[in-house]
Amino acid sequence: MPRRIVIVGAGQAGLAAAAKLRQAGFAGSITMLGDEGLMPYQRPPLSKAYLLGKLEADRLSYRNEEFYRHEEIEVAPGEAAVEIDRAAGEVVTTLRRISYDHLVLATGARPIELPAPMAAGISNIFYLRNRADADRLRPSLKQGARLLVVGGGYVGLEVAAAARQAGASVTLVEMAPRILNRVAAEPTAAYFRNLHSAKGVEIREGTGLTELTVDGARVTASLADGSRHSADAVVVGIGVRPNASLAMQAGLAVEGGIVVDAFGRTTDPHIWAAGDCTTFEYDGEMIRIESVPHAIDQAEHVARNVLGAGRAYRPRPWFWSDQFDTKLQIAGLNRGYDRVQSAGGPAESSMTISYFLGERLLAVDCLNDARSFMQAKRQLGL
Amino acid sequence: MPKITFALPDGKERTCSANEGLSLMEVALQNALPGIIAECNGSAACATCHVIVEDALAAMLDPISEHENDMLEFTAAARQPGSRLSCQIRVDDRLDGAIVRIPAEA
Ligand SMILES: Cc1cc2nc3c(=O)[nH]c(=O)nc-3n(C[C@H](O)[C@H](O)[C@H](O)COP(=O)(O)OP(=O)(O)OC[C@H]3O[C@@H](n4cnc5c(N)ncnc54)[C@H](O)[C@@H]3O)c2cc1C
Ligand code: FES
Repeated sequence: MPRRIVIVGAGQAGLAAAAKLRQAGFAGSITMLGDEGLMPYQRPPLSKAYLLGKLEADRLSYRNEEFYRHEEIEVAPGEAAVEIDRAAGEVVTTLRRISYDHLVLATGARPIELPAPMAAGISNIFYLRNRADADRLRPSLKQGARLLVVGGGYVGLEVAAAARQAGASVTLVEMAPRILNRVAAEPTAAYFRNLHSAKGVEIREGTGLTELTVDGARVTASLADGSRHSADAVVVGIGVRPNASLAMQAGLAVEGGIVVDAFGRTTDPHIWAAGDCTTFEYDGEMIRIESVPHAIDQAEHVARNVLGAGRAYRPRPWFWSDQFDTKLQIAGLNRGYDRVQSAGGPAESSMTISYFLGERLLAVDCLNDARSFMQAKRQLGL
Repeated sequence: MPKITFALPDGKERTCSANEGLSLMEVALQNALPGIIAECNGSAACATCHVIVEDALAAMLDPISEHENDMLEFTAAARQPGSRLSCQIRVDDRLDGAIVRIPAEA
């Protein structure tokens, strides 16, 4: 039985691992290291209710001091891990060395940034990964402000929706031929395109950002189609990269993310990983999943496996997004589909897009259609 | 501060003081109660925060939205008359003394 478990990363996966270790009866020490100076909190509201000021900061961190005290989870929220000394079985932090019997890496991911030359010297470029980012962005979401969102993925679309609801005028640019190009089929993209247009968001697809110039407090963006847009703030949501440098420096296998096996173990038997920072095999391919349900589920498996359960993790992928009054719920992974089918649902605003490979259902995107989502989830065995 | 008793999947009971304004789901998480996972952080999208409330309380609470109703049709443990998503229930005086059951997963 291990006695000392150290978790690097005080986020969704780190917290889930710690909580599950205790629920599974682990009585040794648990130390969770964070680098944000904040106790674990939920990220999804950062681009939704929190950004709109509808959810206060204390509600973001959905455990209280009492929880950590009672569960005897030591959280050092502002003590980043800087090195793993595998030979000594120690983590080096900004303050001390901590020895571990097992180490869990739950370091998450960070936003991909604009090329340095493009962003140089411009202070009103925003990314959205953590609470500090959201707090910095919030004041720009107001009546009369002009916002340029770069990237038409879920985070970009959610920020656009929030900004619009706050009264800002919003233009969203997507370099790919269409929004949600990587993650959804055209009917889903069309639904969101229509929704955003109806609410007054200007969406420009198939055109990239070529240059940013500053002029006082304003930024002017030049797009590949020759147009120019001036904005008070530029929000960039063009994807994330796993935080894998600690693992890489320690000589663990890293291929775009920290490589883990079905049990959540890295190439060192005493080091495990969970959440956004990991990559693992799924149906013969190495994949990453960036979602809360996956972070929780994989971390809970890791917690049990650290204690010897030997339980293989099979992702049960699902995801959600809230934009204006639309709730999107996705079940399954649509990778490799060869056919999609759309159907209306109970309300006028409802639609379900199903992805098939041959006759096999792979995934569904359900828009305001909880029933179809839950049915498909069951059908897919998730 | 309202006191709420949770009947846990293993048959035990835990009485918790709950801050008004929080959701029942948050109270369960803060008290590390088993059986409430809350995969969607309270967005009414996952149904992993399923609880069963007594008839008297069910009648007092705000009505179930159509969305929540649809989600409840497919919970892991079968739906019962008092089934609710605990993330959709706000703690206030009416919950003082209530008994809320967390079902065992089917
Ligand atoms: C704006 C936004 C909206 C989102 N919306 C949704 C949604 O609607 N639905 C959904 O399912 N998912 C959503 N996600 C994704 C979801 O938040 C992530 O998948 C989830 O947080 C992953 O959890 P994690 O623990 O792996 O990483 P994180 O939650 O990122 O936690 C990792 C933590 O580790 C810290 N860390 C990194 N390196 C170190 C170090 N060396 N030492 C100490 N600490 C370190 C990081 O700073 C961070 O605090 C959203 C994400 C964002 C940013
Ligand atoms: S927490 Fe997901 S439905 Fe309640």
